[in-house]
Amino acid sequence: MLRHSRLIKPLLALTLSLSAALVQAESFKVCWSIYVGWMPWGYGDEQKIVDKWAKKYGIEIDVVQINDYIESINQYTAGQFDGCVMTNMDALTIPAAGGVDTTALIVGDFSNGNDGVVLKGANKTLKDIKGQSVNLVELSVSHYLLARALESVGLKEADVKVVNTSDADMVAVYGTKDVTAVTTWNPLLSEILSQPNSTKVFDSSQIPGEIMDLMVVNSATLKKNPALGKALVGAWYEIMGIMSGSDKAATTAKTAMAVASGTDLAGYEAQLASTKMFYKPTDALALVNSDELLKTMQKVAEFSFDHGLLGDGAPDAEYIGVQGPKGVYGNTNNIKLRFDTTYMQLAADNKL
Amino acid sequence: MKRLINLTPSKPVKLLLGILPFAMILVIYLIASDARLAENPNDKLLPSFSQMGDAIKTLAFEPSKRTGEYLFWQDTLSSLERLGLGILIAAALGFSIGILTGAIPTLHAPFAPLLTIISLVPPMALLPILFIVFGLGEVSKVALIVIGVAPFIARDIQRCTQEIPLEQLVKAQTLGASSWQILLRVLIPQLLPRLINAVRLSLGAGWLFLIAAEAIASTDGLGYRIFLVRRYLSMDVILPYVAWITLLAFVIDWLLAKLSQRCFPWHYQHGK
Repeated sequence: MLRHSRLIKPLLALTLSLSAALVQAESFKVCWSIYVGWMPWGYGDEQKIVDKWAKKYGIEIDVVQINDYIESINQYTAGQFDGCVMTNMDALTIPAAGGVDTTALIVGDFSNGNDGVVLKGANKTLKDIKGQSVNLVELSVSHYLLARALESVGLKEADVKVVNTSDADMVAVYGTKDVTAVTTWNPLLSEILSQPNSTKVFDSSQIPGEIMDLMVVNSATLKKNPALGKALVGAWYEIMGIMSGSDKAATTAKTAMAVASGTDLAGYEAQLASTKMFYKPTDALALVNSDELLKTMQKVAEFSFDHGLLGDGAPDAEYIGVQGPKGVYGNTNNIKLRFDTTYMQLAADNKL
Repeated sequence: MKRLINLTPSKPVKLLLGILPFAMILVIYLIASDARLAENPNDKLLPSFSQMGDAIKTLAFEPSKRTGEYLFWQDTLSSLERLGLGILIAAALGFSIGILTGAIPTLHAPFAPLLTIISLVPPMALLPILFIVFGLGEVSKVALIVIGVAPFIARDIQRCTQEIPLEQLVKAQTLGASSWQILLRVLIPQLLPRLINAVRLSLGAGWLFLIAAEAIASTDGLGYRIFLVRRYLSMDVILPYVAWITLLAFVIDWLLAKLSQRCFPWHYQHGK
């Protein structure tokens, strides 16, 4: 009997602690990758701002940095993460086209010059691109930007030859003599423009609001756990508040983000200058609530369909429904991408 | 004796046992795929076989909307061209260097250590340099395969050359053969089947370099397609492409083995 109780006590303790762990706060995982508009997530994780907001709503949020942007989206799509940062186009073509109902929780910024088309040679114009090979990451927002650029001067994609080039090699490749035109994003863009005899002939500031950077979460998870939405949005706008200031705290925060993205404060400020950051929830709400949102998503969906990005099952560009505050673009029976203003509105109303 | 090491399965049983692991992998895949698709019919991670079939049918038998080419065959042709050219050059280069440094001591002394060191340089690390030297076109892709494979073949042939019994060389000399004649009549015939062996062993690395080169800057090729559709997680294209590459690799390997047996039957007389 004595021997038994000796054994039972630790067993009981173990069972208790295990069940305690089970009833502990629900935990979620979100991922992010290096980009000027997403560096705040790394900072918020480091400074425990995300932790603080998660605790406030009784949950746990694990913020994970992933080196490869596309890999992070694939991981989210495969169900390894509850949320992830990505552009509006990638959100439509990867998780939404993959049947994962996704909600854009935070519209953090839009590219306002961060993506550009560069031609070699001085005093070039966009029309000179005709007949050239253009090196870019195929099927990315760069590809979309090029399509929009060509459209603006009455050219078609068939008028150029697109060469798929890995972003990791873009700068090295630009130095070779075969390459005469590239389309890429920052910080690669500024690195390429710093080389002599390079002309930026088009950039995303000419299509404002079309390349958005989002924090998306799985719609089903968000519906079941509104706390996740509240905590992420709360943390985000606290970080925005810190970095948009002009005091020492803002400089410290931005310096930390600069170092984490491999540049210095001046370099990071330069990238911020070509990014329209939505420091206040009302700024983001203005874009999401505008009529432009669905028009943009229509352009993105049409481009994506033309390039086969909506999957084999898609008979037309409207195959996937995109829901915004002003209605739905595409198939209302197959809504897979939702722009939800609920949480950003709570932040704007100071109700978080 | 009834011991485990003496139990040999009969021919049909052997065949069955050989097929079994493949069948099991297929079944496990089917179960996992069905489970994921039941939850989300648009799931891209583990597509069903019919989805993969549809994807390949589109790529192989319908002209592309953008270029009008049959992408699957175009990819295969481009990749095989690059691989074939790369391996051919690597084999010729490796064979010449290997046989010369193996047979001629005055060449062995200065070049063998250099060859050893060169073969240890990881070719992938040289890619950015290759781009700048050879540009982004076909040349740099073929060059990567050559640089990756040739040193391996050269070292292997060099070793094989030195393994040829000295007695043979002495005998040829007593019959009055010059260095050139020994090279031509004694060494080359014996080393050609070894070369085919070395090529077979290095084909795996050749494919690796091919796909790596195509992933970086390209407009077609099997590796290009895989890295392109990876952008939207199109496993229905990636998995059949991987299977196709495996099949091509298997067929090439088998053809080389047959070629070797057909051309050098004496090499296979003993120790088979």
